Amino acid sequence: MIRHFLSLALLACLVAFGGRAYGIDTEAAFDDPVLQHRYESINRELRCLVCQNQTIADSNATLAQDLRREVRDMIAAGKTDAEIREFMIERYGDFVLYRPRMTAQNFLLWAAPALLLLVGGFALFRVVRRRAQESDIEPDGPEAGQS
Amino acid sequence: MGKFLVPLGLFVLLGVFLAIGLNRDPRYVPSPLIGKPAPEFSLPSLQDASYPVSSKELLGQPWVLNVWGTWCGGCRQEHDTLLAIARQKTVPIVGLNWKDDNSAAQDWLRQLGNPYAVVAEDREGRVAIDWGVYGAPETFLIGPDGTVLYKHIAPMTMQVWNEEFLPRIESARSAAGSRS
Repeated sequence: MIRHFLSLALLACLVAFGGRAYGIDTEAAFDDPVLQHRYESINRELRCLVCQNQTIADSNATLAQDLRREVRDMIAAGKTDAEIREFMIERYGDFVLYRPRMTAQNFLLWAAPALLLLVGGFALFRVVRRRAQESDIEPDGPEAGQS
Repeated sequence: MGKFLVPLGLFVLLGVFLAIGLNRDPRYVPSPLIGKPAPEFSLPSLQDASYPVSSKELLGQPWVLNVWGTWCGGCRQEHDTLLAIARQKTVPIVGLNWKDDNSAAQDWLRQLGNPYAVVAEDREGRVAIDWGVYGAPETFLIGPDGTVLYKHIAPMTMQVWNEEFLPRIESARSAAGSRS
C-alpha cells in the first residue's frame, strides 16, 4: 500500500515538475532579471531553422546556440527587441518568427477569415431573400419559408 | 446539378492546394538575401591564419560561396561535384568552413582534393549567421556587383549547377560587360 502511494507520489512529482522545460542554457545569460526576461522572451519568439518546430529557446542545435549568443550580445549592446527581430528577419526571412507578421505576401491569409465571412454572409443573404420571395408566391403553404 | 458544381469545384481547388503543400519541402526556406548586397566578411584563411579572406576582394566577378564542414554528411556527398565544377574554371569557389576543427578541415582538403580558390574559416559561425546559413551544405552565387543572385540549399549536383548557376553566371557576365 505504502509502495503504491510512494510510486503515485513520484509519478505526481514527475508530472508536475518533470515536464517543465527550463531554459536550455545552464546558467542565466544576464544578472539583471529584466535583461534575462527579455533574453528569454526573444528566444521563445525565434524559430530554430534546423529543427523547425522548435524555438531557439527549446533547441540545443549548434545554430540555436549561436543565435542565442547573437541575441545575448545584441541585448548587451543595447539593441531593442524590434532591432533584434529585424536582424533575424534580414538574414533568415519571416519564417524565423514564430508569430508571423502581416506582409504583402501573406495579406490574403490574414484577410481570409473576414473575406470568407463576407462571402458566406452574402450567400446567406441571397438564399434568405430568395426563400422570402418564394414564400410570397405561395403564401398559403404552412411550411413556406421554412423548407 | 449546377448546384453541386460550386462545392465540387471548391473541393477540387482545396485538394490541389493541399497537394501542392504536401509536395513542398519545408526544410527549404527561401533566402531573403537574394537580390540584396552580399554580407561582407573578412576572415582568416583556413590554411594560413595570417592571410585574411575578404569578400571585397572578390568584387568585379561572379563567384560562388560554398558553406561546408567536415561534420556535414551532405558536404562529403557534394565534394566530387565541387571538384568537377572547379575543374571547369568558370568562377572561383570560395569555401566557408563553418564551425569546424581547423586540422580536420585541412586533412579533408588534402585527402579529398581542394575545389576552393580560397577557404575562409568561420569558427564562431558569425559570418554564417550574416548569410542566413542554417544547414550545410549551402551554396550562394554572387554577382560581379556583389549582389546575391542565387542560393542552393542541399548538396550541389551537376544538374543544379548547369540549370541554376551557369545561366545566371552567363547573364551576370553579359550584364556587367554591357555596363562597362
